[in-house]
Amino acid sequence: MKRILLATAASAVMAAAGATGAVAEPVNIGIILGFTGPLESITPAMANSAEVAMKEASDSGKLPNGITLTPVRADSTCIDSAAATTAAQQLVSSQNVAAIVGADCSGVTVAIANNVAIPAGVVMVSPSATSPALTTIEDNGFFFRTAPSDARQGEVLATLVKEQGIEEVAVTFTNNDYGKGLADSFTQAFQAAGGKVLISAAHEDGKADYSAEVAALQASGAKTLMVFGYVDQGGVGIVQASLDSGAFESFFFADGMYGQSLIDKIGDEINGKVIGTLPGVSGEAADKFAAYAQANGMDPTGTYVPESYDAGALIALSIAAAGSADRTGIRDRMMDVANAPGEKIYAGELAKGIELAAAGTDIDYVGATGVELVGPGEAAGSYRVFDIVDNAPHTVGYR
Amino acid sequence: MENLLNAFVLLSNFVLVPAIAYGSQLALGALGVTLIYAVLRFSNFAHGDLMALGTTAVILATWGLQAAGIGLGVLPTALLALPVGILAAAVLVLLTDRWVYRFYRRQRSDPVIFVIASVGVMFIYNALTRFVIGTDERRFEDGARFVIRAGDFREMTGLAEGLAIRTSQVITVVVMLVSVAFVFWFLQKTRTGKAMRAYSDNEDLALLSGINPDRVVLITWIIAAALATIAGTLYGLDKSFRPFTYFQLLLPIFAAAIVGGVGQPLGAIVGGFIIAFSEVMVTYAYKGFLGYLLPEAWQPEGLVQMLGTDYKFAVSFIILVVVLLVRPTGIFRGRVI
Repeated sequence: MKRILLATAASAVMAAAGATGAVAEPVNIGIILGFTGPLESITPAMANSAEVAMKEASDSGKLPNGITLTPVRADSTCIDSAAATTAAQQLVSSQNVAAIVGADCSGVTVAIANNVAIPAGVVMVSPSATSPALTTIEDNGFFFRTAPSDARQGEVLATLVKEQGIEEVAVTFTNNDYGKGLADSFTQAFQAAGGKVLISAAHEDGKADYSAEVAALQASGAKTLMVFGYVDQGGVGIVQASLDSGAFESFFFADGMYGQSLIDKIGDEINGKVIGTLPGVSGEAADKFAAYAQANGMDPTGTYVPESYDAGALIALSIAAAGSADRTGIRDRMMDVANAPGEKIYAGELAKGIELAAAGTDIDYVGATGVELVGPGEAAGSYRVFDIVDNAPHTVGYR
Repeated sequence: MENLLNAFVLLSNFVLVPAIAYGSQLALGALGVTLIYAVLRFSNFAHGDLMALGTTAVILATWGLQAAGIGLGVLPTALLALPVGILAAAVLVLLTDRWVYRFYRRQRSDPVIFVIASVGVMFIYNALTRFVIGTDERRFEDGARFVIRAGDFREMTGLAEGLAIRTSQVITVVVMLVSVAFVFWFLQKTRTGKAMRAYSDNEDLALLSGINPDRVVLITWIIAAALATIAGTLYGLDKSFRPFTYFQLLLPIFAAAIVGGVGQPLGAIVGGFIIAFSEVMVTYAYKGFLGYLLPEAWQPEGLVQMLGTDYKFAVSFIILVVVLLVRPTGIFRGRVI
């Protein structure tokens, strides 16, 4: 009896506090990324970046009703759809999240979107799922991504290869939605440009030895290898085995292969043999984010770090525009805050953006990556081209 | 002539050299399995994970040596750490024998009970490895990586194709030859080796002749642990160390032991190379090779690949099934499992 009285009293106090807005109302935002699995070396920085954006929004104190955003992390594993779905389910039902940043890999993202987020009506903003398949899922408008579709990356890579005067290539891809989608879009674009793909073969991640795969790729007669894999997995094994046996002279990497760990593992031999792409922008947006990231102890060039910041920021701005942390409200305002027209908002200016959005003024979130959501809510895409010199990746230009 | 040379170099680079190294690793693993079968009369499914655990000890010792600045120059430090790994693996199997297998031996249990017990032991080793070193890939190779690089070979010979031979591949073959020679010498020439063979041949008769069975079992486990650690370390040096790949190695190792004839040491060696060459040759694409040999008009259009590389393990499985159907005793007339 005593306990019930106490509980009633406590809830009465809380209700009163909520009504007056004197106490900040915490709203959970899920961050579901592969903290274990093939992307484990880049996901901590991504999650941190999204959390920095949420903290910036909360600290501004300008979110409606004194809302503060509390990030809740969950593990997508990147490869295990069942585990990812369970983790997402837990976020949606027990943590009652208002929106989700994630997931990271395309396969688990599709699984979470179809099984959890779309049925429950929770907005997902993926910073890194790039499979073309996500463009066409039936999402009721709940799925967004701040990373562009691979269909675009395939085209950019095809142009780069042609510009090097290379007419014949071999393609190897990690055997999942990401790898397959990228391989297909590249092959299509490259053949349309008059190039020849002599072999396009999948590789399984997690093997001890890739010499047999490389032998088959080499037998095609191509001198250049396109690697659409992961930096901590089969991708690095393929590159190592290729260099060991002298099978290929030059490589083109997609975004999954960007990372210092590959260079550390392989050593000097990789220098000057690689051209790669990963999403990234130049200009005012990038400069502002670089300065902001450094001030907050982040690496602005980290893979999908800017996209993760944008994912967190977009959710905060949508909450401000919607006037509450209502799940459907967030969905309805996402495109408005992300796209022109309106006052441009860069990284580190969330306080200003939230104030304007909450006041009903139209804003155009530019953020870290020059966000412009097209089609069914995905980034239009700009790519950074890099090569590897002196044991480090160097930016060559932007596309 | 130059075409012929190019074809040979190409085949050596992508088939012969890798298959010889892989075959050596399988042979050492199969030799351990076959010895246990000969003396203790059961198929030890824990052998793959024993390899992983032995290698784990070697890796830890290697890191210790590297931290202390002790190395072997161009050779990998892991060779120096091998005795530590062998010791750790030997202690482990002897404790396992004491706690698990001795009980069933005294009960005179059926071989199938031993096999199931070894599956349990396998899971424990499996978990132990992950506790000690984690599930990630570990690299412990140091020293010179190559004996000859593909690019250097091309410059030296002027051929279009290059041949790369890694230090780890040469070490694998040399260490395999030394270990196998030692095991054969031990089995044929020493008193203990002869006792082991006698015990394997007829247990009761051996006991009557005054052979101490506990001693035979002890020596067998120590040799098997040493072979497993050496095989595991060579595989880890040559390819890469991930705990679960050793579990996957179990299939080709057993296939090798059975193809050669279970319980026949020589058969294990031959079987190892048969499996390795089959796996590599069946999944290799011969387009480039045939391109050098055939006249212009006959050039193949496709890759000329019999099976995709994903089917590598299927090859050893098929060989295993065919051998069990056609000649269950294996090439060297071993026992029937």
